[in-house]
Amino acid sequence: MTATDPSTFSKSEMMIVAAARELAGQRVCFVGVGLPNIAVNLAQRTVAPDLELVYEAGVFGARPARLPLSIGDPTIVTGATAATSMFELFAFYLQGGLIDVGFLGAAQIDRFGNINTTVIGDYDQPTTRLPGSGGACEIAINARQVFVIMRQSARSFVEEIDFRTSPGNLGGAEQSERIRREQGWLGRGPSVVVTDLGIYHFDETGEMRLDFLHPGATLDEARATIGWEVKVSSAVGRTPQPTDAELRLIREELDPGGAYTG
Amino acid sequence: MSTSKLASMADAVRDIVRDGDTVAIEGFTHLISFAAGHEIIRQGKRDLTLARMTPDLIYDQMIAAGVARKLVFSWLGNPGVGGLNAIRRRIEAKPAQLEIEEYSHFGMVARYTAGAARLPFFPLRSYFETDLPKANPLIREIESPYGDGTVYAVPPLRPDVTIIHAQRASAAGDTQVWGLLGCQKEAAFAAERVIVVVEEVVDEAVIRADPNRTIIPGLIVDAVVHEPLGAHPSYVQGAYDRDNRFYLDWDPISRDEDATRVWLRDWVYGVSGRAEYIAKLGPDRVATLTPGPAPSGSVDYGDYR
Repeated sequence: MTATDPSTFSKSEMMIVAAARELAGQRVCFVGVGLPNIAVNLAQRTVAPDLELVYEAGVFGARPARLPLSIGDPTIVTGATAATSMFELFAFYLQGGLIDVGFLGAAQIDRFGNINTTVIGDYDQPTTRLPGSGGACEIAINARQVFVIMRQSARSFVEEIDFRTSPGNLGGAEQSERIRREQGWLGRGPSVVVTDLGIYHFDETGEMRLDFLHPGATLDEARATIGWEVKVSSAVGRTPQPTDAELRLIREELDPGGAYTG
Repeated sequence: MSTSKLASMADAVRDIVRDGDTVAIEGFTHLISFAAGHEIIRQGKRDLTLARMTPDLIYDQMIAAGVARKLVFSWLGNPGVGGLNAIRRRIEAKPAQLEIEEYSHFGMVARYTAGAARLPFFPLRSYFETDLPKANPLIREIESPYGDGTVYAVPPLRPDVTIIHAQRASAAGDTQVWGLLGCQKEAAFAAERVIVVVEEVVDEAVIRADPNRTIIPGLIVDAVVHEPLGAHPSYVQGAYDRDNRFYLDWDPISRDEDATRVWLRDWVYGVSGRAEYIAKLGPDRVATLTPGPAPSGSVDYGDYR
């Protein structure tokens, strides 16, 4: 694959492009650790030039000149609108209700978009200890809606997550809406999951539904990597493939070292 | 005139950090005092409770070296790279070899805030419908005293010692930071004792010319340590970039107990202090980390005599 050959692109590139496009029309995005970081930076350079990037490290209105290597990279500070204490960021910007989209990654997700990033196995005797919440738990509760980006596998799309780090639609839309209303959450919950195979939205029951397959991906492949009988739209669309410009930005500007796409 | 609190790192750690202490070396990705962490390892401190939002490589190294019995944290990863392998191994061991107490980021910030303000708890709108309060019973649901619903409370965190790294401070400890501010202000005010490590010791007049940039006054500082490049391999805004190569290199090193021991021998026990560590790192490596300039405009505070 040459640097600018658009006829071939990787699954990771398609996933990042599809996730970035979801941000069209959004105003303020709280950027989670990992894949969300490259997706939002691509969005700011393409479909959402006015997108305000908020980083939990304490930055509002970041204009990163290079792809941040972590969510605490110095490039998110230089040229930003505001560098705040983390207290201000979480209390006033997030809990205060200014975040339109919280963009998260996940290790495990269930059909209702509940997320685990804490442990695989038992909490006290874990098989695999994962990073934990960071800010994800409060982002999921306080951001107006949540976008998720993650690669699909039977280990990650599971019937039952091992630990609920960040709430999604709980046990379904009815319960989720009631609890969110009773407890006064600002967030409506997850609205989209973008994977390396397709795009899922949540139906009226609060359950994930496959709406788009990426070029090259098949329904069988999608089903085989989900641990429950996934709902599929009656008219599954085909995600438009990445444009030359999107691929050039990823390969030459955002991730020339292949840290996210390699 | 305030008196000088300048001290060597060896003296500051010897006098201020005690076995069994709760120690917070704060700084969110930015301004992490690796120099202080390494000195704590060299002095063989024991049974520490280490608190940090993101334990980062410094606590992976300190826990690998055996200084801690407990970890209080909110995100356990090697930022941009993967896991913290030395810590993970100890948590995944059966039985576990490290006690943990886990929060979310806002929970940790709120704990320091409560500690600094001498509050019995801090309320926040987080943790609803998650397993975190089950994993950590110190996270508790409480009723609003005004009858308008429930929130979650976290307890105050008051470290025995907070250690922060900064761009500059006066000899008296008036400390200025720019770039990511993290929760160093809260963690310092919450602590019994405070060590400030700086790139540059400046005249008090420099501090007084720009008071908005001061995060903590010398009033709460016990020692000021001048340790240029003391935050490497993390970074200092405007002075040096994060040494991402080291963050990547640490992943395979930390996966292997022997490789970790060798690294600690060569880079911590085998050097007398930060100056020797930096000399060993070499000027070429340091040069690659130097950013171009992006100065702020200056502001005019006005002369009101």
